[in-house]
Amino acid sequence: MTEALTEPQTGPQAEPLLRVENLRKYYPFTRGIVFVTKVGDVKAVDDVSFTIAAGETLGLVGESGCGKTTTSKLVLNLEQPTGGRVLLQGKPIHGLKGEARREYRALVQAVFQDPWASLNPRMRVGKIIAEALVVTKWGSRSEIDHRVVELLVQVGLRPEHALQYPHEFSGGQRQRIALASALASKPKLIVLDEPVSALDVSIRAQMMNLLKDIQESENVAYLLVAHDLATVRHMTHQVAVMYMGQIVETAPTEKLFEEVRHPYTKALLSAVLPDHPDHRGEEIVLSGEVPSPMDMPPGCRFHTRCPFALPECVTHEPALREITPSHQVACHLYSDP
Amino acid sequence: MNGNIALEVRDLHTHFFLRRGVVKAVDGVSFTLHRGEVLGLVGESGCGKSVTALSLMRLLPNEAARTVQGQILLEGEDLLTKSKRQMRQIRGRKISMILQDPQTSLNPVFTIGNQLSEVIDTKGAGRGKSVMQQAIEVLRKVKLSAPEQRVHQYPHELSGGMKQRVVGAIAMHRGPGVLITDEPTTALDVTIQLQYLNLLKELQQDTDMAILFITHDFGVVARMCDRVAVMYAGRIVETGPVRDVFNNPSHPYTQALIASVPKMQRSAARLHTIEGQPPVLSDLPAGCRFEARCPYAEARCRAAYPDSFTVGAGHAASCWRLEPA
Repeated sequence: MTEALTEPQTGPQAEPLLRVENLRKYYPFTRGIVFVTKVGDVKAVDDVSFTIAAGETLGLVGESGCGKTTTSKLVLNLEQPTGGRVLLQGKPIHGLKGEARREYRALVQAVFQDPWASLNPRMRVGKIIAEALVVTKWGSRSEIDHRVVELLVQVGLRPEHALQYPHEFSGGQRQRIALASALASKPKLIVLDEPVSALDVSIRAQMMNLLKDIQESENVAYLLVAHDLATVRHMTHQVAVMYMGQIVETAPTEKLFEEVRHPYTKALLSAVLPDHPDHRGEEIVLSGEVPSPMDMPPGCRFHTRCPFALPECVTHEPALREITPSHQVACHLYSDP
Repeated sequence: MNGNIALEVRDLHTHFFLRRGVVKAVDGVSFTLHRGEVLGLVGESGCGKSVTALSLMRLLPNEAARTVQGQILLEGEDLLTKSKRQMRQIRGRKISMILQDPQTSLNPVFTIGNQLSEVIDTKGAGRGKSVMQQAIEVLRKVKLSAPEQRVHQYPHELSGGMKQRVVGAIAMHRGPGVLITDEPTTALDVTIQLQYLNLLKELQQDTDMAILFITHDFGVVARMCDRVAVMYAGRIVETGPVRDVFNNPSHPYTQALIASVPKMQRSAARLHTIEGQPPVLSDLPAGCRFEARCPYAEARCRAAYPDSFTVGAGHAASCWRLEPA
């Protein structure tokens, strides 16, 4: 697949919108102040590959520290990878300079978790939304004003809201403002980092519906970083489950939830709280905590908490392999005899 | 006085007196918590559930907030009549609280053992054992791994789940009859949340403690609670046994809230939403507070706040539509 860049793509194997190949991000940790020696690496993202098709949603699921946010930062070109690459429409994104980089910023936007922190409190909402347009010299002042009104209406706010400040809005409204400013430059991909987890239940539903509507009308792709499986099931087309910097299972959403294979995904799924007091599924309670990423366990990274660990799990790291078409799992339980 | 009742709250009103007006955060809340029972207090942000909890603990933030009316009967005694000194004796021993964020509940500059020592009794039951030995035992009760090392560590060296276990250990060590937990697992990861909920349930069953579980998450209610009270704009709008409320939600707000949660079992194309915003607590309508967002609103809903009508055994809701003909 490395020839994808040079060879023109045709036919059914056309280049997806975003392709992430063997992405690695290691943060060195050091000892000493004057004579600094490198002690090792924290492998925040370690050999992660996935693709996102235009207009589709990939859900990146995992617990805190699994590398899902680092992955999203790498996709946003806010971090330089240690290895591997990210391609948008077939072009590598890291190392872009000047105009090309600005173009990339217009094509890939983000909505973050905390709408209280992501909006500048001293700017009027209209200016926050217009900022991306001003920076990319999108059009004249009146064109931009017109676009801001259009965006506000699109996310379910009113035109006069442009003159107000972020503190005058509720959490759900702020998240709509963040979405409007992400949509301003007509991006192809929006990275959604826990976009609804700070919102109340009824507001969360509104935001999720809005995100789906906008995906349909704008044909924008989402990279959804989330920990709540019900949200992921509702929002995504494809799911990748991450544990300690690696993808342990990936499949189309419905397929994944129909036949969960990896023990970690099973545990995540069983930790989802019930919809009703009488719903009690199989409960896999994981013992202990996620190991320290500075001291990665040998073999399978999950074996320290896995209820089904085999002897080879301690010694050999399982590779991510396809067990049924389009369903990939990294687990020795599913390796061929 | 019924000996089975751990805590009874009668017509509690807590208001914030601000320059721009009186914010009625809690405006007539009544409920009963039985011994050994887990009661869920559910609602969205700003509905007054946390202010209710702080009122019960008599820990309201500052002079602006005052409980102006009502009774909080703990073992038959009204907490609102107690002095500050008496309250210090009651907190931790008879009623205790776990907050959402374990990071801010623990002091970052003292070791875990040091902070636990504040609740450890060196005279009574613990006589003859060193404080550290006792602290280790306390941590063992909440199933914290390697407690011998943990007592010497600082909060920043522990993960969120471990810290919340320490907070739980401090809150429950003196064996309070009532524990208030305010969104204790919101800051935790899902697998750790399940561990923590299981631990709370286990400790609760061992000690016959009553828990007032404040949450916004119906999943937590379904998993943990025996009864549930749904709060909206400062008042409880529906209360009942957890199964009855899930099977037959009777207040339109409860119905909408349950319907707006994405379900694991089936995936719908669109989620149910509640249009509009809750009323401003400093300018409440005379009638039903949900009226402006309610699909069934009628003239009488605007005229007067609905009485509480019984819809089943121990299950009641405040909605005029439930009034018997």
